[in-house]
Amino acid sequence: MSRAPIQDAPEPAAPAPAWARLELVRKPRTLYEKVWDSHVVTHEPGAPAVLYIDLHLVHEVTSPQAFQGLRDRGIKVRRPDRTQATMDHSIPTQNQALPIVDPIAAKQVQQLRINCREFDIPLADLGDESQGIVHVIGPELGLTRPGITVVCGDSHTSTHGAFGALAFGIGTTEVEHVLATQCLLQRRSKTCEVRFAGRVADGVVAKDLILALIAEIGIGGGTGQVLEYTGEAIRSLSMEGRMTVCNMSIEGGARAGMVAPDDTTYEFLADKPTVPKGAEWDAAVARWRSLPSDEGAVYDRTVEIDAAGLEPMITWGTNPGMGVRVSQPVPEPNGNPSVRKALDYMRLEPGKPLIGQPVDVVFIGSCTNSRITDLRQAASLLQGRKVDPRVRMMVVPGSERVRAQAEAEGLAEIFRAAGADWRQAGCSMCIAMNGDQLDSGQYCVSTSNRNFEGRQGKGGRTFLASPLTAAAAAVEGSVADPRRYL
Amino acid sequence: MQPVTSFSGKVVPLPITDVDTDQIIPARFLKTIEKLGLGENLFNDWRYLPDGGPNPEFVLNQPRAAGGTILLAGDNFGCGSSREHAPWALLGFGFRAVISTSFADIFRNNCLKNGLLPVAVDVATLAELFEAASSDEGLELTVDLASQTLTLPSGRGVSFPIDDFSKQCLLEGGDQLSYIQQRMPAITAYESQSAEALNTLA
Repeated sequence: MSRAPIQDAPEPAAPAPAWARLELVRKPRTLYEKVWDSHVVTHEPGAPAVLYIDLHLVHEVTSPQAFQGLRDRGIKVRRPDRTQATMDHSIPTQNQALPIVDPIAAKQVQQLRINCREFDIPLADLGDESQGIVHVIGPELGLTRPGITVVCGDSHTSTHGAFGALAFGIGTTEVEHVLATQCLLQRRSKTCEVRFAGRVADGVVAKDLILALIAEIGIGGGTGQVLEYTGEAIRSLSMEGRMTVCNMSIEGGARAGMVAPDDTTYEFLADKPTVPKGAEWDAAVARWRSLPSDEGAVYDRTVEIDAAGLEPMITWGTNPGMGVRVSQPVPEPNGNPSVRKALDYMRLEPGKPLIGQPVDVVFIGSCTNSRITDLRQAASLLQGRKVDPRVRMMVVPGSERVRAQAEAEGLAEIFRAAGADWRQAGCSMCIAMNGDQLDSGQYCVSTSNRNFEGRQGKGGRTFLASPLTAAAAAVEGSVADPRRYL
Repeated sequence: MQPVTSFSGKVVPLPITDVDTDQIIPARFLKTIEKLGLGENLFNDWRYLPDGGPNPEFVLNQPRAAGGTILLAGDNFGCGSSREHAPWALLGFGFRAVISTSFADIFRNNCLKNGLLPVAVDVATLAELFEAASSDEGLELTVDLASQTLTLPSGRGVSFPIDDFSKQCLLEGGDQLSYIQQRMPAITAYESQSAEALNTLA
């Protein structure tokens, strides 16, 4: 896919963008409020705001009915130049050059090709160097940027909030609205600051931060809110780590998750294909620097997590809030029917340690943990070691670019030498739509985002964990503490 | 979308909290490019045994579910993914409303866009409803959108929240897209001075 440098928008009326101008006259605002305010097209009494969407990401699963809606109405996509499509959910992760065996998946994939051609939307198709999981390629292409609005028919769109964007998942009807108008009807959310105080200990990574938060607030704890992650533990994360944290905001029920942009953000974006260059880049960075929450800005709620006191986390149940420190035992139901139901499904005994619980499969991948730093973490532990022969380990890079980089860095060779299966890019066993799935009854330590019943295959049982913890489980053939290998 | 007004219907109780969209409609059924036909796979993995036969212990396979139009479920219904296939599957089965104490944001939005009414009640009311449903298999309730009232078997009316805009759209069977389209001059004006220029096509 060829891409020319992006032109910065002219700013005809004023020297500064809307959010910077407003800052002079308004009360202190949070990052979310700044992005929200600068995207309201109109807000009439008795109706939700019409919110402008800068970037619309599209994939094969949640878009076909929306395109059909456009056809039925006889309308075009309003801004194909603000729309990017990719194939990720229902595609195979091996032999991608061959025809797709599953006829229903093949039809869906073909339908996205037809829709993109008919409506002039750029598509990162199978075989394209830009193809990959929608939430991996947006940042890689430099399309995800600070201060913009991003939507996709996918709940993990919250990932893009790592750049200080307002990014959230929408349903297919709303996909149609954005295709048709580049706008959405939205209501302002509550704000919640999530402060991770202190620096994490060795062996504790981004995934552990977010699993600890969700264990604390519960899977409905963020409903109606946009989370802003702050604190030293967030500042010291890579962009990939911040994406992991923001990605799972939805697992706490939040509308979105955000991290204020800083030099880490700008360094990540600087060499990406579509970002402005030269003086335009400098101007963009200057604008972005006005985005972080103002001193004295008020959040509707604040949650504080002692990051320095955290340990590697793992889930034991059937939703992402059912998590504990990996060294802890399986919890007692204590009369809680949800815990009882989850333990019955997981076939785990209350009070028994999780460490040592045999596993059948280890999956490293998904929009949560399939980026280069995730693969480096896993490879660092696997180097010179072998995957336990009882375990099937799959490593699925998030994009073709990640795959190429991991191969160039020798990570793929480490995975192969350890006995893992190194695949092509896609959502794979996170959502198990493409044939990559657990058999009924199997246990899997997975770096993905959901451990719902059957999520990774009907009857499959998922332990969510970080790439380090997953790699440790692969080596031991059972749930393991990665700090043993540091 | 058909207008939603007032209706009475049979209640199907599902006393489970945090019902996620992967249970409502498992991902392997999302390969369809249609909206219709998802009702038969609603709650598929709870509803059918490994051999494909109906699981007699699951409520949708019991006589009381026949003709049921109101699903009664535990807290935080519809959490998880953005798949609009979840309300499509519920509507496909015949449900017209879901009662719970709370709904996940995206699921709630998707319901409102499709004429499936999310009825949020307080914890005590939900408990009362589950109690009533367990003692009366034929339990019927009346939902009136115009007055935002759910009428309980005791005759007590409980009000439920819904924003005026969504309510009006539901009552009229109205289309939210046309509301946005009518604001096109404002959208065009906004675009001409939007701060961040992106171009996916270049």
